[in-house]
Amino acid sequence: MQITGEQTFTPLITAFCCNWCSYAGADLAGTSRLAYPAEVRIIKVPCSCRINPLFVLRAFQKGADGVIICGCHPGDCHYIMGNYYARRRMTLLFSLLDFMGIERGRTHLEWVSAAEGAKFAATMSGFAENIHKLGKNRRLEDLRCKSS
Amino acid sequence: MQEQLRILAGKMLADGRAARVLGWKRTDFETAPEPSFFTAQDDLSELVYNKYCAANLSGFMIGAGKRDGVTVVFLKPCDTYSFNQLVKEHQIDRAKAYVVGVSCGGNAKVEEMEDVGWLERCLVCTKHDHVVYDELVLDESLSRPEAQDRFGGVTRLEGLQSLERYEFWQGELSTCIRCNACRNVCPACNCKKCVFDSAKYDTAAKANVTTFEEQLFHIIRAYHVAGRCTDCGECARVCPQDIKLQLLNRKIIKDINELYGEFQAGQDTETLGPLTAFNADTDAEPSIVHTRG
Repeated sequence: MQITGEQTFTPLITAFCCNWCSYAGADLAGTSRLAYPAEVRIIKVPCSCRINPLFVLRAFQKGADGVIICGCHPGDCHYIMGNYYARRRMTLLFSLLDFMGIERGRTHLEWVSAAEGAKFAATMSGFAENIHKLGKNRRLEDLRCKSS
Repeated sequence: MQEQLRILAGKMLADGRAARVLGWKRTDFETAPEPSFFTAQDDLSELVYNKYCAANLSGFMIGAGKRDGVTVVFLKPCDTYSFNQLVKEHQIDRAKAYVVGVSCGGNAKVEEMEDVGWLERCLVCTKHDHVVYDELVLDESLSRPEAQDRFGGVTRLEGLQSLERYEFWQGELSTCIRCNACRNVCPACNCKKCVFDSAKYDTAAKANVTTFEEQLFHIIRAYHVAGRCTDCGECARVCPQDIKLQLLNRKIIKDINELYGEFQAGQDTETLGPLTAFNADTDAEPSIVHTRG
């Protein structure tokens, strides 16, 4: 192996997926052998409304370059209305982050059902591509929270 | 007006209708009266009311409601919104409070014990009437500073480029000393256990190496009162570093108004807050914040 000194940017992407739809969607993408970027790390949550804004910020703080949230389509929530609450919360959070000068596109929300394996793979690929373009997350990291 | 309040408080204490009076107490500095409970009539000579009585007393009513007897509390128009909001959240026992609405002609901004003009919140004040009271003590002679656009600051900042906004906030928030005064003074911030007191998050204290922990603190502080913030402006008033904290709260209020309809927290005690309600059909998708201007 040769060390060239060239640094390639490998982003770290945190995906919060709800247990009932999006996580199953990811599963389907896997079993269907659809490729999506390995940079995506999935965290399973019971429902998209389980996601505390602190989870999102904490992910950034610990070095994530992008955070994507996936939940059931509106109307399909396993808990009837969790994703409606999540929708309002995340709208306000994303807007506040934008207001504070965090690059648009580092946060994203997408509804992915259990049957949409292809959509899951496409969404993740698209999101990862955007993060590649945006580059390393510098504005939201916290050096104390990072292990390396 | 101060004399009227003293007489009223004295009467309430004397005939046993009230166990205590919550008001502003004279200190060594004229410009810095402090919130205080009065239980004896003799102490009422220390009760003051003037333009330096900026403290919003409604937050103290949470504790007062857990004690025996009725508490008389003096509230300015903007304070009554905080009070109402706390009643709505079942934090204040309404039956144990006797609300005396007092007129307000704006509060003075005090820097190093010197009067330096009006508080920013009073320059953009929209809350001219008391929304809850048992009795009113009014003084028609008080006039307010001329009202400016409440969202002016937010709109100006929105017009900047992303990086310029980031640099603006870096400049503001890097001066934060994490004294937690904004959190402690906020009537809406009344959790018994606060996430920022938790040792689990290594963001409880100030660090020098990076500035994001202030950003995280301020984002979460503003966000935790989203939909409940009445824009009373106490956070910005008590900030020793004069950080423009009201901009964060007002950004959320502005977004709520634009996306989910006009909403003023504390206006009444029945309406569901914007984050505890939803509209399945018309709510915008979060991507709207990335596509709009």
